[in-house]
Amino acid sequence: MSDTKNVLHVENVTMQFGGVVAVNNLNIDVPENQIVALIGPNGAGKTTAFNCITGVYQPTNGVVEFMGEPIVSAHPTGKMKAQYKGENAELYLKNRLINPTPDEITQRGIARTFQNIRLWKSMTVFENVLLAKHMRAKQNVFSATFRGNAKEEKRMRDETMALLEEQGLDKYKDDLATSLPYGLQRRLEIARALATDPKLLLLDEPAAGMNPQETQELAAFIKQIRDKYNLTVFLIEHHMDLVMRISDYIYVIDFGSKIAEGVPKDVQANQRVIDAYLGVAEDE
Amino acid sequence: MGKKINNALNASVRSPLQKDDKRTDRFVGVVLLAALYVVLFLLDNFLPQNSFTLMMIPVLKKGAIYSLLCVSMNLLNGFTGLFSLGQAGFMLLGAYTYAIFTIPVDQHATVYQYFDGGAIQFSIPEAIGSAIGHNAGSWIGAIIAIILAGIVAAVFAALIGIPVLRLKSDYLAIATLGFAEIIRAVFQWSGLGVITNGSNLLRKYTNLASMKIGSLSFATMFPFLIATVCIGIIVLLINSSYGRAFKAIRDDEIAAEAMGINLFKHKMMSFVISSFFAGVGGALLAMYQTTIQAAAFKTAMTYEILLMVVIGGIGSISGSCIAAFLYTACNEWWLRFLDSGHIGSMSVPFFRDGFRKVVFSVIIMVIVLFFSRGIMGDKELSFAGLVRKFKCRKAAKAASVEAADTDANNTKEAE
Repeated sequence: MSDTKNVLHVENVTMQFGGVVAVNNLNIDVPENQIVALIGPNGAGKTTAFNCITGVYQPTNGVVEFMGEPIVSAHPTGKMKAQYKGENAELYLKNRLINPTPDEITQRGIARTFQNIRLWKSMTVFENVLLAKHMRAKQNVFSATFRGNAKEEKRMRDETMALLEEQGLDKYKDDLATSLPYGLQRRLEIARALATDPKLLLLDEPAAGMNPQETQELAAFIKQIRDKYNLTVFLIEHHMDLVMRISDYIYVIDFGSKIAEGVPKDVQANQRVIDAYLGVAEDE
Repeated sequence: MGKKINNALNASVRSPLQKDDKRTDRFVGVVLLAALYVVLFLLDNFLPQNSFTLMMIPVLKKGAIYSLLCVSMNLLNGFTGLFSLGQAGFMLLGAYTYAIFTIPVDQHATVYQYFDGGAIQFSIPEAIGSAIGHNAGSWIGAIIAIILAGIVAAVFAALIGIPVLRLKSDYLAIATLGFAEIIRAVFQWSGLGVITNGSNLLRKYTNLASMKIGSLSFATMFPFLIATVCIGIIVLLINSSYGRAFKAIRDDEIAAEAMGINLFKHKMMSFVISSFFAGVGGALLAMYQTTIQAAAFKTAMTYEILLMVVIGGIGSISGSCIAAFLYTACNEWWLRFLDSGHIGSMSVPFFRDGFRKVVFSVIIMVIVLFFSRGIMGDKELSFAGLVRKFKCRKAAKAASVEAADTDANNTKEAE
């Protein structure tokens, strides 16, 4: 694993809400061009971990690096100093706090999708993808209002159209995003994330609510976009089927802490993982 | 039979291209606007003054001004999803800025009689007028003062926005409402009397009646001109990339942020732009009223505009304009007879002062009950769309008649 460059490096990240430690001392490496999965039973803290990486939450302690640069850095401050229950409390005390907003993270090249689809409901499929290009545009509000950005606007529209064609969504382009069938909404959300030109794609349960057939298609789709856009993919998933088929490496967490990691075959055979998913019999 | 109707409906709904629709709409819009301006020009100069035009012209002027105010509020509340109730405060800033900088210098002594003629001893229309002539001076001076009014409102919005825009929904509404009330109180404070004239009236400034070229009057056309330009700019903004970003923030803030839209920057932008046009609207209102007083810019004024926005449809520009005119006309003209105590020569017992408001409230309740999303919802008025709907209805009717015919034939044959 160490021979390739790490795109994402999560180091000792702890997230504590009041007295509850949702993510405890999490260490994750996501190497370039690989598909890495984060799995765990319900409530294990997977989405919280995602939210710490994407700036939705500020972690209580720890560092997140992207392309070798720290993008999030935190240590317990204020009231948390006394209440802190996680590990490595002293480790980052001297570090500068870095607390970015989600849009700054996206600017750097991390795009994400959501567990419960969050498309802009009053907008068409085309507009949903087009707006993801807004962030990288050079226009300002005056040039945009008085159409001084015609060239850029046209470029954005052309790129959007090309992206929609690649994703097979072009025939729905003038439909409202929310009128699409569920599977296509998922695909649109991924297309929208791709429109921000990411280097790393975070997928939060992309197969939630899909049938086996759709899941199979999704697996092929994720591999295909990884190769096509030269992406690194980090995903949370419940469908073991999907995870085992596409992941290069798997991290398993339970109750906020990492319990196992490895290539799919090893994780599948790991007794702690099986216990976490199936439960341990009390009387043994 | 049902299938046939459906096919007919689908064919007529989907077949015409949207691009053509846009072109038709633009063409019809320009023609209608041109016609409107011709009518306004005639109204201003050649039509006799009778009781009818005497009632209608103020309604038209006020309708145009309120259209702008509604659209500016809609930009913030309808398109960006920020529920702000500071409109009256920004209007007041605009109105006062406009009035203070257009009062002729020799009138200062009478206007600011309690404050030794005030502190500001110049007037923009006069300064310009002395260089290029009185008439052109009042036009250009008024327009510069209007823009200045917008800028002052926008600057205050930017300052207020820094703390206030971090709040959400109801909290934002309360904070902006409080700001508007504070502004009103500050402007009435005699400590600032040398600038604001305390709680006294500001008057004698350049008003709509001074909008003339030679002997031709543009008193009604002027607010329409300014409102058209401003609403045009807002429409351009809404249809631009930034407008889409505003809508994204309204639809789903978390998704917008995750797609790289800086929430604070975009909210601030919307707030400042909306306040700029509220300031411009306030300046126009000052021109229309010929005298202004801070006491008049109460919260009720914000609610009135909010009501128009809701009646017109939150998120619809054309809805806001329609509602502004309808509301003003009902309030100041069509329902006046309810206050007069009689219809024709017959006296009606209930018709006395204030009854108009009762009827008006009932009408508003009916509108809100039956058009819960306003007159236009979040759609825009489209002439091509209207024509298509009409044609579509015809086609459906023809299809159903045809189907009924074949049905009848079939049953005959079966017999």
